[in-house]
Order: sequence, then structure tokens, then C-alpha cells
Amino acid sequence: MTLLRIRNLSVDFATASGSFRAVDSVDQDVDTGEILAIVGESGSGKSVSMLAVMGLLPWTAKITADEISFDGQDLLNIGTRARRRIVGNDLAMIFQEPMSSLNPCFTVGWQVKEALRFHLGLDRRARHARAIDLFEQVGIPDPEKRLSAFPHQLSGGMSQRVMIAMAIACKPKLLIADEPTTALDVTIQAQILDLLAALREETGMALVLITHDMGVVAETAERVSVQYAGQKIEEQPVVDLFERPHHPYTAALLDALPEKATERMLPTIPGVVPGQFDRPAGCLFSPRCKFAQANCRTTPPPALGPELGYARCFYPLNTGERIAS
Amino acid sequence: MLTYVLSRLLTFIPTFIGVTLISFSFIRALPGDPIVVMAGERGISQERYLELQQQFGFDRPIAVQFWDYLTGVLHGDLGSSFVTKRPVWDEFFALFPATLELSVCAMIFAVFLGLPAGVIAAVNRGKLFDRLLMSTALVGYSMPIFWWALLLIIVFSGNLGWTPVSGRIDLIYYFPNPTGFMLIDSIASGQSGAFLSAVRHLVLPTIVLGTIPLAVIARQTRSAMLEVLGEDYIRTARAKGMSPFRINGIHAVRNALIPVITVIGLSVGTLLAGAILTETIFSWPGIGKWMVDSIFRRDYPVVQGGLLLIAVMVMVVNLTVDVLYGVINPKIRKR
Repeated sequence: MTLLRIRNLSVDFATASGSFRAVDSVDQDVDTGEILAIVGESGSGKSVSMLAVMGLLPWTAKITADEISFDGQDLLNIGTRARRRIVGNDLAMIFQEPMSSLNPCFTVGWQVKEALRFHLGLDRRARHARAIDLFEQVGIPDPEKRLSAFPHQLSGGMSQRVMIAMAIACKPKLLIADEPTTALDVTIQAQILDLLAALREETGMALVLITHDMGVVAETAERVSVQYAGQKIEEQPVVDLFERPHHPYTAALLDALPEKATERMLPTIPGVVPGQFDRPAGCLFSPRCKFAQANCRTTPPPALGPELGYARCFYPLNTGERIAS
Repeated sequence: MLTYVLSRLLTFIPTFIGVTLISFSFIRALPGDPIVVMAGERGISQERYLELQQQFGFDRPIAVQFWDYLTGVLHGDLGSSFVTKRPVWDEFFALFPATLELSVCAMIFAVFLGLPAGVIAAVNRGKLFDRLLMSTALVGYSMPIFWWALLLIIVFSGNLGWTPVSGRIDLIYYFPNPTGFMLIDSIASGQSGAFLSAVRHLVLPTIVLGTIPLAVIARQTRSAMLEVLGEDYIRTARAKGMSPFRINGIHAVRNALIPVITVIGLSVGTLLAGAILTETIFSWPGIGKWMVDSIFRRDYPVVQGGLLLIAVMVMVVNLTVDVLYGVINPKIRKR
């Protein structure tokens, strides 16, 4: 069943030097209980599209879409008051920097209980009991004592556990994790990912994992959506994507994994992601693509069918035979 | 926390010596001889002049005079006024409640208007209210106090006749002043209308004295709020589905308070300095007016003692502010 449904989502930021399109006509479905990974380089719009769903973008952002619906409710034309009843309740999000995402002036217990009070209307005693349960659930030792700790007294990994406890406090149907492990030590990264996967098993919530780490994707995700310069350029189940990437960008990304390096120099993708002023007229990846033809540079390719991973490419790879358009 | 306060109290010692030295030398650097000033236009005979000089100790070397003064101060003796012959200590505490009452009212006025105004301006950044408030604050900050006071007197006392021009209470009321705070004593006296009269006398001086702190606090609150509103934890609060009122009023303000408390603390110094002007204009019988009068009379002990007590007051307020930091933001408590 489709839990989150996004159709033709675009986000434009008003900047001093004109409008900048951070997300460009993205379609995305998230099913109940699944783990979807959204991968892409920095600035590929992966966080922005999810922040748009949450309604957390600054006022400089202009959101246009044919549809954004969550659990049967329209999130596109929803009022701010009605949105606040969904966000933090059925739809939750955790962020990249756990240390700065917690308010330094309040105890972590206070911050966790706040959501319980406003969304579930629990009384003081029930809130306290539930907060202790939550801390145990996310693996925080000595929860009773930790509830009265301030954020600066916790490590990064502990802070992220608190963030997760806060996010799952109201048993959300969908948890969006925006690079939840980027700021953490490698050993802690694995623990946090295991925790998220375990919580998914326990609660049956769906999980959107925004990351630029292909290793994280391979370990955790079930389905992968690849974004480039604001566009979704490919989407496949994780095994298929790693075995048969259809878009040249995905292929290049997989080739650039350090694990695959055979020489002293790590493989890279030449060039940089197009910015505000050098967006190509045709395929956005064409300036960096080794397969690009003349029409790639002039005409934007439409998304292909599901059998080719919705790849936005005229010449998809790994098709058995290359389709000439 | 206790060791922190004690270590801060130790730093009071050099400040204390500095203030005594400065007040001691500055008042002596002013041209004019206290004995000549006391004698007035009649003049004074040479014998009497020398006699008085000996009596006040002006004939001794300046270093000895300072040493005498310093040891006296350390024993709690600030000397006696040349003019009234009463101890400086007694005079100060007789007049201080008036200044304190005015300063507290001015601070309440400044904080209770400035803080919400700054928050609302930050939340509505770039909109009409924000622009209006910030330009008004700039005007308020740059306006000379005496001129602002005269304007208000002309309009509200002169043209409209709503407020009295000077003093603390109408002359028809007379009652003992056990606390020295007119608002409290007027209620305690039980005389009808006395409290209202005291309030009406307070309004204009409060506004005049509170204007600069108000402007500073509003601007500081706004900029602190703008910074805090961009923080990650504000996004977290929004992701939790909290209302804007709760986010701005609880999550953000608490964090924005640190720089605001700082300027409030610093404003206390400005306030006491501003009180000198305000009290003179409104004939407010507080220490500001007392200091000004004493400077004109070259009343050395009063000027020295008054400056010292004001300085101690400012130091105590600053220490209180530093302690408050830790109360508001636990991260600072960890030093």
C-alpha cells in the first residue's frame, strides 16, 4: 500500500541572484513498512524534497506539485494547523547533526515528553513512563537518569538515539532519516542503522533513509532512488540497482565506490554537479556522461518505464541491447 | 558555582581600588577649591582658609590623603559631606530608594516592552512591524535624554496636563517614608489618591530613563532571536509539530535570552548614569541629583563615596547576570 505519494514535485528557492530549482519534477512513492533509500551527492535535492513533505522549508522556498499525499491525506493544500497534527505524530523526521538538533536549554526528557503531551495528550505520569520505555527501546542505558540530562552531556550517538526516541514517540507510520549517521563515528553509524532497521521490524513503520553513502544503502535499504541535481534519475530495488544500474550516473556512482578501486587513485566522476547558472539544456548529467550523444545535450530525456528503473536517459545501460531512441 | 562566585568576588578587589583611585583623583583634578566654594560670594579670610584646610587634611601630601581615604573606606567609613556634615553612607541610603524605584520601573518598562517587541520583530522579519520597530528603536537609542524629557514634559505635562512636571508625589500628601519607596509607602499610608499620585509622578521619568535600554533590548532580542531561529533545534521543534507560538516563545526565546540578559546587565550601568540626567530634569530626589549637586559643590567625600557605591552596585549586577547565564543555559554551568 502506498503510504507517501509524491507526483511532479518541484521546489524553487528565491535567491539574491534569482530563482534556483533544488528539486525538479520528482515522483516518489513510499510503501507501508518499507525502507527506501534516497541517494545522491550534496545538493542533489534529496533532503529538500523530504523537507517539503514535512513542511519544514523556509519561506524562500516555493513548492509546486501535482500531488503530495500521506496516508490518504493531502499534504499539499493542507493548513498549517492540520499539518502540525500529522507532523511529529504519524510522520516524523530525524536529522544529520544530532548534537545541534537538540535544544541546549532543556533536558532531553522534556524534549521527548513534549511530543507525547501535544500529540497523544498523555498526563505527566504516563509521559514519564512512556519516555522511559522509548529510551529503553532506542538502547539508552539508565533511562531514568538520562531523562534529566541536558544535550551537552550526551555523546553524538546518544543524541541521535534521543532524536530517534523523540521521532518514534508517537508511533509514526513513516520516519524520514536525513543522513542520520553522517556526523557520527563509523562504529556508532552501524549501531544507529541497526537500531533503525530493528525499530522498523518492531513497529512496522516505513523508513526513508536519505544518504550519500552507498555502503549504508546496500546494508539497509530495500529500494533505492537515485537523485541528481534535483531530479530523480533512477529507482530500483537495491539488489537490481547494484547489479544492473540503468542510468550512466548510477553506474558511475557505483564504479566510484572505494571498495571497487583497483589502483592507487580512487575512481571519480569527472566534472561537478551543475549549479544555478550552468544547468544544461538537455540531460543534466550529459556534460559528465561518457555515453552522451548530441541529442542528450539538447533534449531532456523523459523517465523510462519501471522495467528500466524509471531512468531518465536516452541510452540506458544493462538492457541486454542498447535501445536507440 | 560557589567557587565561581568567590573567584569573581576576588576580581572585585582591583576594580574597587581602581574606582577609588579614579574618583579620588578626578574630583581633585577639577578646578575649584571646596573651601572657596563653601565660602561662597562672601569670600574667606586667609587664617580661616588655612584652618579649614588643616581640618579637612588638604595640607597633607596627596598620597597620604588617598591612603587615609582608602583605609577609611576599607573600614566602612566613607567620610562625611563637607556641606551637610552627615555621613556619606547615611545620605546615600536615604536617597538611594528613590533612584532604585525609578531604575527598577525603567528596567521593567524596557524589558517588558523590549523583549516581546524584539521577538515579534524577529518572527516577522522584513515586514512592516519589523521595519517600523527597528527604525523607532534607532531613533530612541540616538535621542539625547534631556531633549526627549523636555519634549515629553511639553506635551504631556504642558499641553495635555496629564502628568506632573517634577517631584515624587503631590505636596498635599504627607506621610512617613519608612522604606523610601514611594509606591510602597503611599499604599502603606492609607491616604486615598496617594498611590495614584506617586504613579503619575513616576510615568515620565520612567519612560525617559527606560527609552535607551528599551531600544537596546529590542534590537538585541531581535538579532539574538534571528540567530536562534536558524538553528537546527528549531527545525526539530517544527518537525515535532509544535505550534509557532510555542516554538518562538519557549524553544527560541530561552536560547535568545543569553545575549539579552547581557545587555540588560550592561544597561544597569547606563541606567544609573542616565539617572543623573533624568533625576536632574524631573527634580527627582535620588542619588543622581545628589551626585550632580555634590560635584558643583566640590563635596569630595560625597562624590568619591557615591561613585564607589554606584560602581559596587554595577559590579554586583554584572555578577548576578553571570550567575543567571548558568540558570538559563545549563551548558554554561559546566565551567
